[in-house]
Amino acid sequence: MNSSGEAFAFTPENQEAAKAILAKYPEGREASATMPLLTLAQRQNDNWLPREAMDVVADMVGLAPIRVYEVATFYTMYNLKPVGKNFVQVCTNISCLIKGSDDVFKACKKKLGIGNGETTPDGEFTLLEVECLGACVNAPMMQINDDFYEDLTGETTEKVLDALAKGEAPAAGSQAGKRVGCQPAGGLTTLIGED
Amino acid sequence: MPKLTIDGQEIEVDASMTVLQACEQAGAEVPRFCYHERLPLSGNCRMCLVEMERAPKPVASCCMPVGDGMVIHTNTDEVKKMREAVMEFLLINHPLDCPICDQGGECDLQDQAVAYGCGESRYTEEKRAVSNNDYGPLIKGTMTRCIHCTRCVRFSSTIAGTSELGGVFRGEHLEIGTYVGNTITSELSGNMIDLCPVGALTSLPYAFKARPWELKKTESIDVLDGLGSAIRVDSRGGEVLRIIPRLNDDVNEEWLGDKSRFACDGLNRQRLDQPYIKKDGKLQAATWDEAFGAIADKVNGLDGSKIAALAGDLVDVEAMTALKDLLASLGSNNMDCRQEGNAVDPNVRASYIFNSTVAGIEDADALLIVGSNPRIENPVLNARIRKRYLEGGFKVGVVGPAADLTYKHDYFGADATTLNDIASGKHEFAKVLKGAEKPMIIVGAGALMRADGAAILAASKAIADNLGMVKDDWNGFNVLQTSASRVGGLDIGFSPKDGGLDTVGILDACGDGKVEVLYLLGADGMEAAKLSDTFIIYQGHHGDSGAHMADVILPGAAYTEKNATYVNMEGRVQRTSLAVFAPGQAKEDWAIIRALSAALGKTLPYDTLPDVRGRMAEINPVFATTDEITPAEWTDFGMAGDLQLKPLSSHIRNYYMTDPISRASETMAACTAELLGQGGETERTGTDG
Repeated sequence: MNSSGEAFAFTPENQEAAKAILAKYPEGREASATMPLLTLAQRQNDNWLPREAMDVVADMVGLAPIRVYEVATFYTMYNLKPVGKNFVQVCTNISCLIKGSDDVFKACKKKLGIGNGETTPDGEFTLLEVECLGACVNAPMMQINDDFYEDLTGETTEKVLDALAKGEAPAAGSQAGKRVGCQPAGGLTTLIGED
Repeated sequence: MPKLTIDGQEIEVDASMTVLQACEQAGAEVPRFCYHERLPLSGNCRMCLVEMERAPKPVASCCMPVGDGMVIHTNTDEVKKMREAVMEFLLINHPLDCPICDQGGECDLQDQAVAYGCGESRYTEEKRAVSNNDYGPLIKGTMTRCIHCTRCVRFSSTIAGTSELGGVFRGEHLEIGTYVGNTITSELSGNMIDLCPVGALTSLPYAFKARPWELKKTESIDVLDGLGSAIRVDSRGGEVLRIIPRLNDDVNEEWLGDKSRFACDGLNRQRLDQPYIKKDGKLQAATWDEAFGAIADKVNGLDGSKIAALAGDLVDVEAMTALKDLLASLGSNNMDCRQEGNAVDPNVRASYIFNSTVAGIEDADALLIVGSNPRIENPVLNARIRKRYLEGGFKVGVVGPAADLTYKHDYFGADATTLNDIASGKHEFAKVLKGAEKPMIIVGAGALMRADGAAILAASKAIADNLGMVKDDWNGFNVLQTSASRVGGLDIGFSPKDGGLDTVGILDACGDGKVEVLYLLGADGMEAAKLSDTFIIYQGHHGDSGAHMADVILPGAAYTEKNATYVNMEGRVQRTSLAVFAPGQAKEDWAIIRALSAALGKTLPYDTLPDVRGRMAEINPVFATTDEITPAEWTDFGMAGDLQLKPLSSHIRNYYMTDPISRASETMAACTAELLGQGGETERTGTDG
C-alpha cells in the first residue's frame, strides 16, 4: 500500500534535524518523536508520505512499522498519496459555509478543472475539501501548502490560483485588502492609539 | 482488601482486581468482547458496562479498579438497556451473514446477541464494508465482520511479540489489518483465531469444514513439540478436522503453536493403513500374519547383539516399554530413543529435562540460552519467556544462533567456547547470572547433537553449578527437548545399557553388518546409505523416509488415535486420548509389539493397557501418576572435554515441518512455501539435524 517504489532516506540536513527532534525526548521515549519525524519526512518528500518513509521513521524511533502506519493513517495531515505542488485545502465547515465557502470551492473546481480529492494532470494542484482549519474569524478560507488565504470570494480565489499557476507567490492572509490578521473587517474599533 | 457489594452480595477481593473480575468472583456474569484475561486492557467494546452507585455514568467494568465500598449492579433493567444499546451499535456495521460464517455456533457476538440483541434493526442506512486482507495460509480474514475489539492487535504486540496487526485509518474508516498487506508470520498466529470474538479471523484450512455442534471433542495432549500442550481434538466421522488449545496454566496457558494446531490435515495423508513386506525390491501389501512371519523368519535364531531398535520423535511410552521388553527378551541391549544423537545422560534425569518447569520461567530473573532458537523450537515456551521479559528485571543472553526472539537479549556469538568463559566467571554475562536470584540456562537440543555434545552438556552444568543456578528450591538447568517422546523414552530406559549401542553406534554397526535387524519405531530421517544391507522393520503411521527404506512395515496409530502416555520436556507425565480410530488395519503401537512378541515366541506378559502402564510404573515410579512434576535429583553428568569451534546452531530450520505428521500436511507445506519462502515438501528438518 502507498509505496513510492523507491527507497527513502533523510537528506543530510534533515538527518541533523531528525537528531534534534529525537534529542527532545528522554531516553526510552523515542517513540514520542514519531509525529515530528513523519512531518519532516513528508516535507522532504514532496508533501506526501510513502510507506518507505514510515519504515525509516519506525526504525529510528524503535517501533514496529505497524505502530507508525497507525499514526500516519490516523492523522489527516499526513498525505498517504502524492499531492500536487500546490495542495489546496478548502474549508467548508459551518463558519466558512455561512460566509460563502461554496463559491470558493466552486471557483477552485472551475479554475483547476478537477473535483474534490483530485490532482491536475500537470501535477501542479490538488484540491481537497476539509473540515475546520481554525480560521473562522477570517472565513471563508483555504490553505495552500503552509499558507492560509482568508476572506476569500470566488474572484480572489481565482486570483490566488492564477498567481500560483504562474509560479508567483501571492501574499498569504486576508485577501479582502485592508485587514491584518484577525482584526475586525471594518478596521480597528478599540486600541486605536487615541485616549 | 476492598469490600464491594455486587448485586446485593458483599464480597472482599484483591485490591489489584478490576470490577469485572470482582463480578466474576461474585458469580455475576458480565458480557464482554474486548476484555481477555491474558491480554492488556483496552476497554473499547463497552459491552461490560455496569451500574455503580454514586457514579454519574455507567462504568466499563473491565477497566475500573475495585474500590472499597463500591456498590455495583449488573442485573438491573438499566444495565440491560445499556448493554442492549451497545449491542445495537456493534450490530450497525456487522453483517448478518451468520449462515455463511465459520464462527457460527461459537461466536461471542452471536451468543450475546441472543441475550442483548433487539429483535430487529432500526438501522436502514448502508452498512460499511471492508476489503479483506491476505493473512497467509492459516488465517482467513473477513474484516467486514470485525467489531474492533483489538484482541488480535494486542495479542500480536504483547504475547506473540511480532506486532504485525494494527488499527489503521480513523473513525468510521478504522480497519484492523497489516496495512501493507503482509501475511501474518508469527508462529502463534492461530491463537488470534481463538481470540477473535466474531468471525473476522477464522481458520483458513478449516474453512467451511464443519459446524461446532457436529464435532466430537476429545481432550488430549499435543506431541508435535516437546511442550505437551493441552489440546482439544475436534473430529467428525473418523477425521480430525481441527485442533485447538485447552487451558493449562502450568504448560501452555491457553496458547498453541501453529504447527500443533494446523498440521492435523497431515493425519489424513500418506498414512500407512496396512502392513507391507518388501518383495523383489518393492513394498507389497500383506496381512499382519505375513508381516509377523517375515520378521520371525529373519529374527528367529539371530543373536541378540545383531538386533537393534531406534525410537522416533512421536512415539508413546507404552510402545517403547513393550519394545524395550521385547528386545531384552531377544537378548539385545542396542536401543536408543535419541535418534538425533542427543548427548544427554540417560541415567541422570536432571540432565535431560526442563528442571525449572515452564511456569517457573516466570520466577527466573536471568536467562542464558545456549544453542537454541526457542522461537522456532517451541513458540509457546518462547511466549512464556517473553511474558517474563515484559515484566521487567529479566536479562537474557544468547550463545547460539542469532535470531529475532521477540524480546531483547544480549548476543554473544555462536562460538561454543564462550561457555567456558561464562562457567569460569570471566565473561560479562557471568556477572549477571551470578547476581541473579534465580538464574536459568536453557540448552538447546541442537547443541547436544554435536560431536562435542557431552562437553557442551558438561560446560552447561559447570555454568549452572558455578553461577548458583541450583539451589534448595530452584533448579535453573534446562534442556529444551524438541520431541514429545524424548523424555518419556529416557525415563523408561529406552537407551543403551550394559554395553549396548547408542544411535551412532547402531547406525555404524548397521553399515558394518554387525547389526542385521533394525527396528525403527517411528524413527525417520536415518541415513539410507548405511542401512542398505540391514533388515529394517518400520513401525509408524506415516509413509515418511523410514517407511521408504523398510523391509517390513507395521502400521501404527498417530497420537490422536490412541490412549497413550507422553512425558513433556519438564518431565510431566500426560496422556493423549483416542479421538478417532486409526485408518485401515493400523493398530495401537504397544499392541503391535505385543502381538509380534507372540509371533516370535517371546510373549510379553501384558495384555491390556493398564497392564502395560503397571509395567511402566514398575520400571520408573514417575509413571504412577500423571500431570505431576517430580523434581529431579541433581547429580553429576556430562563429560568435560574440548569444545569445538563450529558455531552453535538450532537443529530446527523449518518450524513448520519437523515430524512425519507436519511433513505430510498440506497446510504446513503452504506455510513453508509462503511464510519461509522455501521449496516446500523436499525440505527435511528436525531429526536430520
